[in-house]
Amino acid sequence: MNMMSEATLEKAVDQKMNAVPHKMIGKDVSVYYGEKRALFDVNLNIRENTVTALIGPSGCGKSTFLRTLNRMNDTIDHCKVTGKITLDGGDIYDPAIDVVELRARVGMVFQKPNPFPKSIYENVTYGPKIHGLARTKAELDAVVEQSLQKAGLWNEVKDRLHESGTGLSGGQQQRLCIARAVAVSPEVILMDEPCSALDPIATAKVEELIHELRANYTIVIVTHSMQQAARVSQRTAMFHLGNLVEENDTDKMFTNPDDQRTQDYIMGRFG
Amino acid sequence: MATHIASVYDEDLKYLSRRISEMGGLAEQMVAESVRALVNADLGLAQKVISDDVVLDDAERQIGEKAIVTIAKRQPMAADLREIMGSIRIAADLERVGDLGKNTAKRVIAVSSASLPRQLSRGIEHLAELTLMQLKEVLDVYASRSAEKAKAIRERDGEIDAIYTSLFRELLTYMMEDPRNITPCTHLLFCAKNIERIGDHATNIAETIYYMTTGAQPLGERPKDDSSNTVGALAT
Repeated sequence: MNMMSEATLEKAVDQKMNAVPHKMIGKDVSVYYGEKRALFDVNLNIRENTVTALIGPSGCGKSTFLRTLNRMNDTIDHCKVTGKITLDGGDIYDPAIDVVELRARVGMVFQKPNPFPKSIYENVTYGPKIHGLARTKAELDAVVEQSLQKAGLWNEVKDRLHESGTGLSGGQQQRLCIARAVAVSPEVILMDEPCSALDPIATAKVEELIHELRANYTIVIVTHSMQQAARVSQRTAMFHLGNLVEENDTDKMFTNPDDQRTQDYIMGRFG
Repeated sequence: MATHIASVYDEDLKYLSRRISEMGGLAEQMVAESVRALVNADLGLAQKVISDDVVLDDAERQIGEKAIVTIAKRQPMAADLREIMGSIRIAADLERVGDLGKNTAKRVIAVSSASLPRQLSRGIEHLAELTLMQLKEVLDVYASRSAEKAKAIRERDGEIDAIYTSLFRELLTYMMEDPRNITPCTHLLFCAKNIERIGDHATNIAETIYYMTTGAQPLGERPKDDSSNTVGALAT
């Protein structure tokens, strides 16, 4: 009786998790940098309104995979992507796709905060302006306030919107970058080690922000911090030597992973 | 399992398992001595068991502290995390085993004035033998981390329960025979219950080891043959 109800409960939870639609689907994704192959037939689906963490040792291909999701690899010479990646069912490598528009839908936040050497206000309005999302001053003002609110930065900067973005602290700069990403109303936000240059307090703020953003956005985060992956994500994917080793519910991944390589990596043991 | 990149981490984990083994050895000894003191009415031995309990209490605290510090410092994951959580739980179970042994030892004084029927003490000895075997085996399994064996131990707890129930009946008969038996027999009943509870703690430890090694909870109810809670109803 007891066993039954436990099993039924687990099944129900499973079904609920599996019922979350896939925002992006990666099928047999391989990436080559010239002769060197960096990813080997990765099949990984990104669930909607879910934080998916990509983990693995340096050079395992997790950042490479992240970059395929908004065609960041296009900017690298000799980089070739094979396989198929879809966003809401549409192939993002379709030649007819406007890459600029794609990157508005799939935004990105980088490891080092990289605000433009412009005012806080201009940092946030840059995207909406070039994408034609806001035209009047009032519209732009609204975007700035909303985006900075969402990034949890509004109260700290509302009285100095016209000061330079580079004058902010590291943590504030990173949240400004998140506000900049959010300003163009993306559907997916990619984060490449967004906290590795931040102190614990700024890290906690960004993590809190990720937690809040999840309600409206689909988030994929690359992180070297196991604790961070465990804290912020619902799904975790482990990469090793260019292969996807395991993808699982985060709770399972950090207490009882299926794959030995995941086990050794998250426990800090020699593989 | 592969060793940690940080070797100090391995030493922390080794410390925990070494201390658990030590606690296990002492708890086992206390239980054996408490039963021997009871059966032989050996007040000196009973006193020794009572004073040994402090050592076990200290060990549990030290293991708890080491585990907390290790969690804070290393942020353990997966099997490491289960290992450390398991240490805390097993230490708590062993500390309780020590308490139960100590409680039996305390009752030796009360029981020693009455002369025990040989048959009764044999029953208690038999119960203690089985429990001690259970405890010894579970400590061996802790050393070997065999999930299979842990599961087997868990499934054997029913035997101890059954003997406890028959002892319960027997003690009841003695009490009905002669009201002067009531005081010593009540103490013996508590002693038997203590020993039976030690078996339960051994089973808890087996379950913890199973979880530590597999990451899964052992499924299903554990076998229960303790029907002493209905014996009174039968006697009337």
